[in-house]
Amino acid sequence: MTDTRAILAGGRQAPRFSVASFAREYGVLVIIAALLIGLTLASDSFLTPRNLLNIVNQSAPLAIIACALTLVIIAGGFDLSTGAIFGVASVSAGWIAVNVDPVTAMIAGPLIGVALGLVNGVIITAFNVHSFLVTLATSLVYRGIAILITGGALIPVRIPEFAWLGREKVGMVNIAVIVFVVFMLVMMLLLNRTTFGRRVFAVGGNEEAAILSGIRTKLIKIATFAISGGAAGLAGVITVSRLSMASPQAGAGMELEAIAAVILGGTSIMGGAGAIWRSVSGVLLMALIGNGFNILNVNPFFKDLTTGVIIVVAVALAASKPRR
Amino acid sequence: MSAEGNAVSIRGVVKSFGGTRVLDDINIDFRAGEVHALVGENGAGKSSVGKIVGGYYSADDGEITVFGERIGRFSPREALLRGIAMIHQELQLVPELTVAQNVFLGLESHRAGLLVGGDLERFAVIEATCDFGLDPRAKVANLRIAERQKVEIMRAIARNARVIIMDEPTSSLTEDEAERLHQLIRRLKSNGVTVIYVSHFLDHILANCDRITVMRDGRVVRTASVEGETKQSLVDSMLGQASNIIWPSLPPAPAETVKPIAEMRKISTDTGLRDISLLVRPGEIVGLIGLVGSGRTEIGRAMFGADPIEAGSYEIDGIEQRRLNVTRAVAQGVALVPEDRRKQGLVLTQTTRPNISLATLGGLSRFGLLNRNEETDRVRAMIRHFGIVPGKVDGEVAFYSGGNQQKVLLSKWAVAKPRLLILDEPSRGVDIGARQRIHEFIVEMAAAGTGVLLISSELEEVINLSHRGYLMSEGRIFDEVSCRDLTVDAALNRIFREQSRNHDIQETTLQ
Repeated sequence: MTDTRAILAGGRQAPRFSVASFAREYGVLVIIAALLIGLTLASDSFLTPRNLLNIVNQSAPLAIIACALTLVIIAGGFDLSTGAIFGVASVSAGWIAVNVDPVTAMIAGPLIGVALGLVNGVIITAFNVHSFLVTLATSLVYRGIAILITGGALIPVRIPEFAWLGREKVGMVNIAVIVFVVFMLVMMLLLNRTTFGRRVFAVGGNEEAAILSGIRTKLIKIATFAISGGAAGLAGVITVSRLSMASPQAGAGMELEAIAAVILGGTSIMGGAGAIWRSVSGVLLMALIGNGFNILNVNPFFKDLTTGVIIVVAVALAASKPRR
Repeated sequence: MSAEGNAVSIRGVVKSFGGTRVLDDINIDFRAGEVHALVGENGAGKSSVGKIVGGYYSADDGEITVFGERIGRFSPREALLRGIAMIHQELQLVPELTVAQNVFLGLESHRAGLLVGGDLERFAVIEATCDFGLDPRAKVANLRIAERQKVEIMRAIARNARVIIMDEPTSSLTEDEAERLHQLIRRLKSNGVTVIYVSHFLDHILANCDRITVMRDGRVVRTASVEGETKQSLVDSMLGQASNIIWPSLPPAPAETVKPIAEMRKISTDTGLRDISLLVRPGEIVGLIGLVGSGRTEIGRAMFGADPIEAGSYEIDGIEQRRLNVTRAVAQGVALVPEDRRKQGLVLTQTTRPNISLATLGGLSRFGLLNRNEETDRVRAMIRHFGIVPGKVDGEVAFYSGGNQQKVLLSKWAVAKPRLLILDEPSRGVDIGARQRIHEFIVEMAAAGTGVLLISSELEEVINLSHRGYLMSEGRIFDEVSCRDLTVDAALNRIFREQSRNHDIQETTLQ
């Protein structure tokens, strides 16, 4: 019906350039630019390399998760378990760093994340259950595992060979920022320059067409969840290293922040369209709002409220796109 | 004839989809209390007329009068309010609700919004007219298609419909069930209800309708009383004069000694195929000739590994295919252009380039990294080859015309250089220019040595573009023919004859 209506309307013209369509496409960048200008004018301490790098450094773990989550969402999936995977990876890496070896811990965290993500993907494709339900359930299981590992306690990790990842700098730039940038570039390469990326877009854009093009859609979906899990594990390791403390409750709520960032950036929740730079912009926008509230010394209560309103506006803007 | 005698009349109705005119200057009077058949070949426009009367399509031009009142804006809801109900080929019920809940959907007995009892009593009243024997408490999801159709009819009656449009009502019914439907239609008629009966089944039409409108190429050929009509007279006017399409000349057919690229022996599937045996040789165009629902699409899907094969043997290039799936079929050089390009073919969120490369990404890459330059060159070559407009490498396919979307889809498989190409409705809903180009493409592929399996609802197209054809009816192949000597007329007659023969057999076994 929708199709015929569109045809009846006679309006199957490609959209031309207009301010409205520019705002729809690049709304997140417009808002970021506005915030940058506004905060620069409002405070002298805002536009300093130190403050800006600090914003990115603080956001690095969330940005890593959001980059990988972008693949899941483009492939038409949804991952609510990244926060819990973050937790399992944190306590596992913490325990290994203390009891085995710090370097092993740094490698083990992301690998554990990949394994848990694989479990998500296999359950979703084998039983053909919506990823929303599966990851909602596994997030509870994974959080339980994290608590079991430590018996609910925190694990202090005061080991210099482990702490460099989250704390050290190369010149002015934090190592965590470098890790994030490298990860982002790898994700961009994966999505835009590889056969895998093309297949991710196809699976989310039209699964049946993908199947009828000989694409093994289940494998593609599983891979996106594995990548998402691995990213959550990496983010967990960075955070433990930074705080010198592994908590089984770490990362609670992070899955929703990551989803919010992806949506805020303008990646379609319907799948089949989106970009890594959008999700990174979404994370930065959320971080800028937080930073702005700190600098301007406004009641932090308004921070969530503002973020929420901006998300609603961004999503409403995106929804006004012409239908394909 | 006086206007008062008409339930619905349409005058000068015109309807186009994306530049293709599907209805042209249609004038029909549907008289109150008659059973009025719409017949024609696939694509002649009979279902479109039904949808215009049912409010699903709005006419571009012309006027519609319902019970003497001219209608401006029309919608399914508006049509229902005026007593017109449509029963679709694809039924529109809520599967999780019961029969009675579906029948009274939106008309539930209530007091200030709170549901109260009484629907079962109301159901009994309708059941008294229909005599379907349906359990009002059964869940619709558990019903067979024929039973669901009955629910749809009861729903129309619950709304006091005075005009009921039935689109191919008997296509999924057994002969016995069809007869009971026809009895109901007679009862409805005696209550003054008008029935608009869209169907392929000429026997059913001749036995149960009062008047017949024959359509061809979006126009009305004639409306006449059933008395003067025979099956032959209907088939003749459905086909009319051959249109002046120039068919490309076919390359010579391969000799019978040439080893087939694909061969099926006694294949049966869950999708309704029974004992299918066929073969396609390299360089040969083989047509599947049958009506909608005869199993043509299902054969194509089975050969492509899209539907599992339950019994029989299937060989590609002489190699037995067990556990075939689409990925394996593609790897062996099989390609399928599906019938619904928007739902099954194109990724509309993506541009031209990725759509064309989708099935051949492996060949465009090293270690998973895409070679963008090679890809761009290839996409440009395809745009030139097919004359795709707009010719942008990253054009928004979602906004292309039907013909250009189809060309993008054909490009996707042309770059794969398939050895067996299955085309399901390759020219449906495209303009004449694109159609011509698509026909040339089919011949080009065969000339280059590809085996082509051609599926089309337009018999003229299959017959003129194929070397050989298989005649199909109800999931079976009942004969193999050379397309050189076959006429559309002869093919259609044989299909109708086969259909009535099967129904006769069914009836005798039922008795």
